Amino acid sequence: MSKRIEVKDLNVYYGSFKAVEDVQLTVEPRTVTAFIGPSGCGKSTFLRTLNRMHEVIPGAYVEGSVKLDGDDLYGPGVDPVRVRRQVGMVFQRPNPFPTMSIADNVLAGVRLNNQRMSTAKSKELLETSLQGANLWNEVKDRLDKPGSGLSGGQQQRLCIARAIAVQPEVILMDEPCSALDPISTLAIEDLIGELKEDYTVVIVTHNMQQAARVSDQTAFFNLAAQGKPGRLVEIGTTEKIFSNPTEKATEDYITGRFG
Amino acid sequence: MSTSVATRPAAAATLTAGRLPRWTTGVLLTVCLLASLSFFAAFGTLGLIRILLVAVLLYIVVSVALSAAVEGSRKAKDRLATTLVTSAFGLALLPLISLVVSVVGRGVDRFDGTFFTYSMRSVVGEGGGAVHAITGTLWVTGIATLISVPIGLLAAIYLVEYGRGRLARSITFFVDVMTGIPSIVAGLFAYALFVIIFGPGTKSGLAGAVALSVLMIPVVVRSVEELLKIVPNELREASYALGVPKWLTITKIVLPTALAGIVTGVMLAIARVIGETAPLLIAAGFTQSLNNSPLEGPMMTLPVFVYRSYVDQGNPAAAYVERAWAGALTLVIIVMVLNLAGRLIAARFAPKTGR
Repeated sequence: MSKRIEVKDLNVYYGSFKAVEDVQLTVEPRTVTAFIGPSGCGKSTFLRTLNRMHEVIPGAYVEGSVKLDGDDLYGPGVDPVRVRRQVGMVFQRPNPFPTMSIADNVLAGVRLNNQRMSTAKSKELLETSLQGANLWNEVKDRLDKPGSGLSGGQQQRLCIARAIAVQPEVILMDEPCSALDPISTLAIEDLIGELKEDYTVVIVTHNMQQAARVSDQTAFFNLAAQGKPGRLVEIGTTEKIFSNPTEKATEDYITGRFG
Repeated sequence: MSTSVATRPAAAATLTAGRLPRWTTGVLLTVCLLASLSFFAAFGTLGLIRILLVAVLLYIVVSVALSAAVEGSRKAKDRLATTLVTSAFGLALLPLISLVVSVVGRGVDRFDGTFFTYSMRSVVGEGGGAVHAITGTLWVTGIATLISVPIGLLAAIYLVEYGRGRLARSITFFVDVMTGIPSIVAGLFAYALFVIIFGPGTKSGLAGAVALSVLMIPVVVRSVEELLKIVPNELREASYALGVPKWLTITKIVLPTALAGIVTGVMLAIARVIGETAPLLIAAGFTQSLNNSPLEGPMMTLPVFVYRSYVDQGNPAAAYVERAWAGALTLVIIVMVLNLAGRLIAARFAPKTGR
């Protein structure tokens, strides 16, 4: 498990509007990469191109290449559904399936892909996934209760358990803590640290302390001007970005001079 | 109370204002009713509607005036609005109550075992029943539902999940047009269709069902479309992000989430067409005997049974009219049972909150 992501000359468009311009970066396996930057600078849009989720929006397309251990996600004949089975995603707002129990939510990815599974095996997967998301002890006595009855932080960890149950190579997180309180945020951050041992993690966050706490590598995105496409300004080790950034814009953003 | 008028401060500095006690509404209403009653009794012209009307008008005037004097103009306006809204509600409810009371009151005379075990075959005058009409209604509406629900459901799924551009827009447009089709036109369409295929004079339960589905499909499409639209996009995205293909996302995530509403929508669509008379009169025709084959021969239905019993009265006329009322009562009960069933199913399938 866990693969390297290499992005080359990537432009993202919504119809005729260029949203993100000329991104190049590499994400090593078993690391956490944080994307920071002001709102609307294309962090989330770019994140969604890493598992072709942007295609859900009509008219969206990309130029350039995204390689997952050398395989181009945008190569001819690539099935976006297969891409997403390798590159999982956790969203800003916790979104457990309301018609399903906690257990069904975790196993949804496997079950909905019509994979037959013995009861013993699915129980095992359920437990390992929930333990992987640090949720097992809290929900083990009410696995058949609806997922929407959990607290926001628990729901978000349920969504992470759901994402890791399909055993992806990479996990993308789009501001996973922005709807959560500090304690739940801490739980998720601890979890990210553990997930790093098995997966490549990419996280978009508005919280710079969070980026500093959880990530090994930080990428700063910014808009050249209003209405212009977002760009990757600088990428480097988190330590370097936060202590000694090369670009002036990065320093201004990190020190709070703008944004 | 008059003292509080004098002491009510002009400035808005205080937080308290005069307030009428809670029982004011009840007492005032009773007083107005009694006043109106005694007024008409004095002239010897008693009548339920005029007494109620005058009482309500009197109540509006008195309560607003009293409230303006004691509580101030904002509260008085509030009382006026409350009274108007409540009476509008009562007015809207009145026809329904009147309808239920008269249908139950008159229909219950022939609402007996014979009514549900006999058809009208060889029955002249008293006796007889509507078994042929009840089974006919169940056949015709059942087949209409079987035709309309899959078509309507799939059309709505296309419109919400796949439809883009000109095709989707024109489908939406024609669905809107179809909702406005007069039912008699639907009947003529089905009749003409079956005449072309099976020759002139063809009447069958199937033709009736086709006529009803022409009316039912747009209702189903519309309600399912609205319900699918309110399923949050986040759920679709969550499913896609797990690597679930689109068709499985729709069948396993979107439809179950909207299921409760879809069931209600379908039930309402059935209730909408089950009472249709004109198209069935043309397409399914009428008969006195039980016909359990929707493919051949005319098939009686409850609305047509009610209509025929009333227009084509025999001797004694009362027997026919009583049967018509009993038929109407049966129809109302079927619609009510369908609605209740819809609600039960909706409650059963509704997403659980689990707190």
